[in-house]
Amino acid sequence: MKVEKVLDAKGLSCPMPIVRTKKEMDTLNSGEVLEVHVTDKGALADIPAWANAGGHTVLEHREESDAIKFFIQKG
Amino acid sequence: MTVYKMTAAQVARKVIENKKMFILDVRNHNAFEDWKIEGHQFQHLNIPYFELLDGVDEILPKIPTDQELLVVCAKEGSSVMIADMISQTGRDVYYLEGGMKSWSMYLEPIKVGDLTGGGELYQFVRLGKGCLSYMVISEGEAAIIDAVRFTDVFINFAKEKNVTIKHVFDTHLHADHISGGRQIAEITGATYYLPPKDAEDVVFGYTALEDELTVQIGASQLEVGALYSPGHTIGSTSFIVDGKYLLTGDILFIDSIGRPDLAGKAEDWVGDLRETLYRRYRELAEDLIVLPAHFMIIDEINEDGTVAKRLGDLFNENHGLNIADEKEFRQTVTEHLPPQPNAYQQIRQVNMGRVTPDDEEQTEMEIGPNRCAVR
Repeated sequence: MKVEKVLDAKGLSCPMPIVRTKKEMDTLNSGEVLEVHVTDKGALADIPAWANAGGHTVLEHREESDAIKFFIQKG
Repeated sequence: MTVYKMTAAQVARKVIENKKMFILDVRNHNAFEDWKIEGHQFQHLNIPYFELLDGVDEILPKIPTDQELLVVCAKEGSSVMIADMISQTGRDVYYLEGGMKSWSMYLEPIKVGDLTGGGELYQFVRLGKGCLSYMVISEGEAAIIDAVRFTDVFINFAKEKNVTIKHVFDTHLHADHISGGRQIAEITGATYYLPPKDAEDVVFGYTALEDELTVQIGASQLEVGALYSPGHTIGSTSFIVDGKYLLTGDILFIDSIGRPDLAGKAEDWVGDLRETLYRRYRELAEDLIVLPAHFMIIDEINEDGTVAKRLGDLFNENHGLNIADEKEFRQTVTEHLPPQPNAYQQIRQVNMGRVTPDDEEQTEMEIGPNRCAVR
């Protein structure tokens, strides 16, 4: 998987992880992948729901010790 | 226009006083479907905040202008953002301070009635979670039944009323919320009682709550008596307070009955549940006022904010008390059960004293409705 950009949204709380993710996503082209790192647990449900509503695809998410990582492909 | 803060306490007053309010809930759809702020006269619109990042203009026509508007999210942050956006369109708008997290935690004490010799009975209504706790007060002493984990609320209330907490009871080992009983007893020096059959795996000391145990509150004849009533758990015990009130724990609710499966033993305990509801309770006076440990739906709340109903009325109206066929009863309470409460297995471990999560983790575990009933 080729990651176009990595967004570090660790330490931010709701709604900022999604606000920042959306901003980054707006700079990508369709098909490109954004990697997002978050620590806010609310993002675990909200990022997939946001991606789904916006036509993007969460290719993978990993819960690692320091962060939850999402790989989101722009729709 | 202006963004105002509304506290969980203010929302609770609106529920109890039957006020109108329009709630814009900006959590994701699943969270909203699972659990929301309910009031007799509240209207809801659920649009996740992340669908409103480009503006709120599209939803404005859906929001009535003749009532207060409250924006709600999980913790507060997103509701402040959306409330700001709405205020910029020229509307006054409120956000819920602390979000659903604070709603889940708020307790409203309401007086249920007077007892013999100047005693009083209070119900602590946790509207967001549907938990009900009780305090019996008489002549400078108090007993607490099914306290939730916000121990300060009970301890401060007792101080205000100038009473000493002597006895702290849990009707059973709770699975939907974390008990504050043991901690209150530790802080105040009160005796903490648990039904021994629910306490086989607990790691702390307690006093056995046995059938027919009676304690006196104050010097008068005010009695709190235990009645073994298994079924939700094998130890579940009810209380009769002052010969007037029946505290049913999680066995009998206003519009539903307890589910027997939260400790994983539905098949084993369904017979006990039947026996309690269809025999033991039937032998009691119909004029007893039932006070359960939970409510599930807003219709179970009376006009004065209490959750209480005459036992005789429940025999007539509660579907769970009117299933004549034993096989049908068995099916009702063991099949097609609603989902279990959030983190119920972990919560049981906490209440056994086997794990001690921090405050933040406890809050997370308790998010969502209580789901202790089957209708």
